[in-house]
Amino acid sequence: MIEIINGGMLSTVQDAGRFGVMKNGFTQSGAMDSHSMKTVNVLCGNDLSAPVIEMTMLGITAKFTDSHIFCLSGGYFSPKLNGKPIENNRPYKAEAGSLLQIGAAKSGMRCYLGVSGGIDVPLVMGSASTNLKIKIGGYEGRKLKTGDIIKIGKCSYVPDMTKTAEKCDYPDHIKVRVVLGPQNDMFTDTDLKFFSKQIYTVTPDLDRMGIRLSGIALRGKNGMDITSDGITFGSIQIARSGMPIILMADHQTTGGYAKIATVISVDLPKLAQARPYDKVMFDIVSIKQAENAAKKEKKYFRKLAER
Amino acid sequence: MKYLFLQNGDSALTVQFEKEISKEINGYVTALASLTEQANIEGVIETIPTFASLTVLYDCTVISSKNLKKKLSGLIENISAKGDSLVRIFDIPVCYDGEFSPDMDNVCSHTGLTRDEVISLHTSKPYLIYMLGFLPGFAYLGGMDKRLATPRLKSPRLEIFKGAVGIGGEQTGIYPIASPGGWQLIGKTPVLVYDSSKENPILYNAGDYIKFCSVTRKEFDEIEKQVLDGTYKPEIREARL
Repeated sequence: MIEIINGGMLSTVQDAGRFGVMKNGFTQSGAMDSHSMKTVNVLCGNDLSAPVIEMTMLGITAKFTDSHIFCLSGGYFSPKLNGKPIENNRPYKAEAGSLLQIGAAKSGMRCYLGVSGGIDVPLVMGSASTNLKIKIGGYEGRKLKTGDIIKIGKCSYVPDMTKTAEKCDYPDHIKVRVVLGPQNDMFTDTDLKFFSKQIYTVTPDLDRMGIRLSGIALRGKNGMDITSDGITFGSIQIARSGMPIILMADHQTTGGYAKIATVISVDLPKLAQARPYDKVMFDIVSIKQAENAAKKEKKYFRKLAER
Repeated sequence: MKYLFLQNGDSALTVQFEKEISKEINGYVTALASLTEQANIEGVIETIPTFASLTVLYDCTVISSKNLKKKLSGLIENISAKGDSLVRIFDIPVCYDGEFSPDMDNVCSHTGLTRDEVISLHTSKPYLIYMLGFLPGFAYLGGMDKRLATPRLKSPRLEIFKGAVGIGGEQTGIYPIASPGGWQLIGKTPVLVYDSSKENPILYNAGDYIKFCSVTRKEFDEIEKQVLDGTYKPEIREARL
């Protein structure tokens, strides 16, 4: 078990997301940065989508009440184990009574803690993910706080303690690949040129629901309103102001604004780590290129798990 | 029937039927949603039915966009332009008493109708659930009498109570959970649209119908007690519409 001494700013239990209930209006939820979630899980010997703790800007301080193998990934939050600095992207063994201190974000926005056996919380509609809006999933449907006792699942497989994963760096200029659509036909050629050539700025208005960007406004051919349709993690909505909002893990399931393009799934983790005032550029790719990138990522994790 | 495929990155594909909000087009959406579910296509994760389109979420490392389009085209051919079909109608009890209807006066003065006329029109016919979205279980209903149309509040409420029944423009609906919102509130249902303790936590699906029924405060309290005890059984009828 892990005892939370300080919950940090916004620390929640997340897995790959809650699927099968979006038709009922439940948001997807799940880790914002799935790459880091998968990394900690592989290095802990867990299933790729085992529940992890997602920390935002300021990490947790916690005591391991039993001995556990754990791993951190994502943003670098100056973590320490029993007072000694430790690294991201490699597994560590914590003896019973060890103190884990995860500080403030030095790079990135979100840091992930995986533990061998996975974070053990009751599944709600098939998922361990926390949905803060309706207070379900995760640890009692809320963010972690002082005094919480977190159970760890049975560890069925002892991971290779020498294994490490490639570190990601989080530059303040982010290039994000997108596939045009679903409503790119509602925009003029000039709009599309502005969309793909300009450097947008991340505004402080960013959370698990979405990231609002600022830049030169797009005008659209006939306004931005559409008959509400489905939204996905990565949809780029253009609001009436002409500014993009990238919809993230806690997005609403449906929406009534035109979506000019969609971020390809493997580039979403870059955005999950974006900070206010970072710069974002969109690079338009084909669906085939997006599919190949997704296959490459799948292969990368399969190989990392084998090694 | 006419349709288009709209790509949503590498993880979703939207089938867009004709862009109109009608019972017929929405029927295609509902039909395709259930055909897709039954087809169990490898790689398909789930679907989101909306007014005139179905968004299909999938794993592109299992099925490509190209192959998914082929499969879905095959399913769309099986949608029959059906006439009247058997549907489920949920009778939803609503108490329109003063304490639950803070905006009844707004609706009456805007529409020029009396309170009794508002209630009688609001409960006059079943409304089709075009789609669920915005909140878990929030149903976008169609078919409300246009005489009841009332613009939303100028400044939305920070919190609307769970079970609130309201009118927003030409739409009507129920707030399944407490939420901010700008609709004119005219009543409250004791029925839980969203019940997190149930395996299927949402009472109804897109394609079902809701019919509001006026109940007295005493009946409201009785139903609420049954809901809390877990003994309440929602009234569901089947009918051809």
